[in-house]
Amino acid sequence: MQIPSELCYTKTHEWARRDGQEIVVGITAHAQEELRDVVFVELPKAGKPVKQAEPAAVIESVKAAFDIYAPVSGAISRVNDAVVKSPQLVNQDCYGGGWLFAITPGNAEELTALMSAEEYAKQLQAQPH
Amino acid sequence: MTLPAAAMQKTALHERHRRLGAKMTEFHGWDMPLYYTSILEEHKAVREALGLFDVSHMGQVLVTGPDATATLNELVVSDIAHVGVGRACYTLMLNEQGGILDDLIVYRTGEDGYLVIVNCGNRASDLAWLTAHRRGQTVINDISSGRSILAVQGPRACRLLEQLLDARVTSLGRFDVAPMRTMGPDACIARTGYTGSDGFELFVPDQHAQRLWDLILSSGQPVGARPVGLGARDTLRVEAGLRLYGTDMDAATNPFEVGLDWTVAMSKPSFIGREALLAQKAQPLARKFVGFELAQGPVPREGMELTSQDRRVGTVTSGTFSPTLGKPLGLGYVEPACAALGTTLVLTVRAQRYPATVVRLPFWKGDAKPAALASPAASTLERPS
Repeated sequence: MQIPSELCYTKTHEWARRDGQEIVVGITAHAQEELRDVVFVELPKAGKPVKQAEPAAVIESVKAAFDIYAPVSGAISRVNDAVVKSPQLVNQDCYGGGWLFAITPGNAEELTALMSAEEYAKQLQAQPH
Repeated sequence: MTLPAAAMQKTALHERHRRLGAKMTEFHGWDMPLYYTSILEEHKAVREALGLFDVSHMGQVLVTGPDATATLNELVVSDIAHVGVGRACYTLMLNEQGGILDDLIVYRTGEDGYLVIVNCGNRASDLAWLTAHRRGQTVINDISSGRSILAVQGPRACRLLEQLLDARVTSLGRFDVAPMRTMGPDACIARTGYTGSDGFELFVPDQHAQRLWDLILSSGQPVGARPVGLGARDTLRVEAGLRLYGTDMDAATNPFEVGLDWTVAMSKPSFIGREALLAQKAQPLARKFVGFELAQGPVPREGMELTSQDRRVGTVTSGTFSPTLGKPLGLGYVEPACAALGTTLVLTVRAQRYPATVVRLPFWKGDAKPAALASPAASTLERPS
């Protein structure tokens, strides 16, 4: 399972990456494997305020719809229109072209409270799968 | 409700599913494969090549004896007397109120012998109902345990089974059934399925199931055969407009509103539910089962509301993203005034409104199906030794 070391992780299987003033967000390889056939992505509008650990987007697979949680609080700065047009990007390239949205954080400290790759790997191991 | 894995029933192919790395799911108390690799890929395999399903969770009931035809004719809406030996019939079993107890396929395997395939969630209640209403010397025998059902579906199915089983597989028409005596007295093959694609179902004792499974997968690999789970079984049946019992219909549904009038032989003098249907026929329908499509957007899910001019006019019973058509599809009930083809309704998902257009069922028209041929079906299909 791919867990890039430079990213931060949430308990709910989102990844977050600092990119200048923004925090870029997507879902992890584990999450996309669990979802499998992603067929629809609903992203927030730019400018929308989001709160840490609260739903910010929705991904639908054939079987069900899943909430995607904001890793940090702030305002949506950009969204990835490409995944709206081609939802399968989430499966094909979850750490790259399948990113979901970017947040201008209200409090950058929140990022440091997220898990490291190592901690996230431990969490996955502890889960009964 | 999710049962612990240990408490669930397992088919004879359970170990095969495990070894293939299937994602398993609980279905009416059975531990069944949901998918092996991907619902979308498995769906595509059935539409374009060949998919192999383990559907051994379905119930298999033998109805035999000199009064078997009379028994079934009282219990189901179709005229079983018109189903010849070697033929099969999709039909409904109703209660006295005309509500649907189950949808069945009745295979006439002999003059006085029928194999009835029932939904696994209804197996116990169907068996009790059949037994309570049997006539004369009819024997009702649940032979499900120790037996498997393999569904071999897709445009490559016929050719492959012709090579693996018997050249006469080709001569089976849609809804024909023939015995496979080398695999046991009640083993048979039928040109039926639940996908909308051409295909076959093999009803065999468990000891043949694993060998057949392996043989079909390995021999079919060059033409793109793959195992297919319940996930794609659902997307395939929705595209084909096939109703699912317990989801699209239940005991509170009559055959007319779900659009299965064609199964009902009102010309039969008597069958359970007939009086109620006569009364219902005289009334306007309260609701009508329709298919609808979205140009794009989220997947319609069971229980979602359909509205027209901000008034609720219907409810979604099934939905999926159609891999073949590339758009979301839904099935459900709407007020008859909203059921006309081309009517635009609104599906609201997470506060967003999506136009949903009523379209003709099935959504996917299917391959050219072989016509039922002149009765080759009484012949026995033997495996070459």
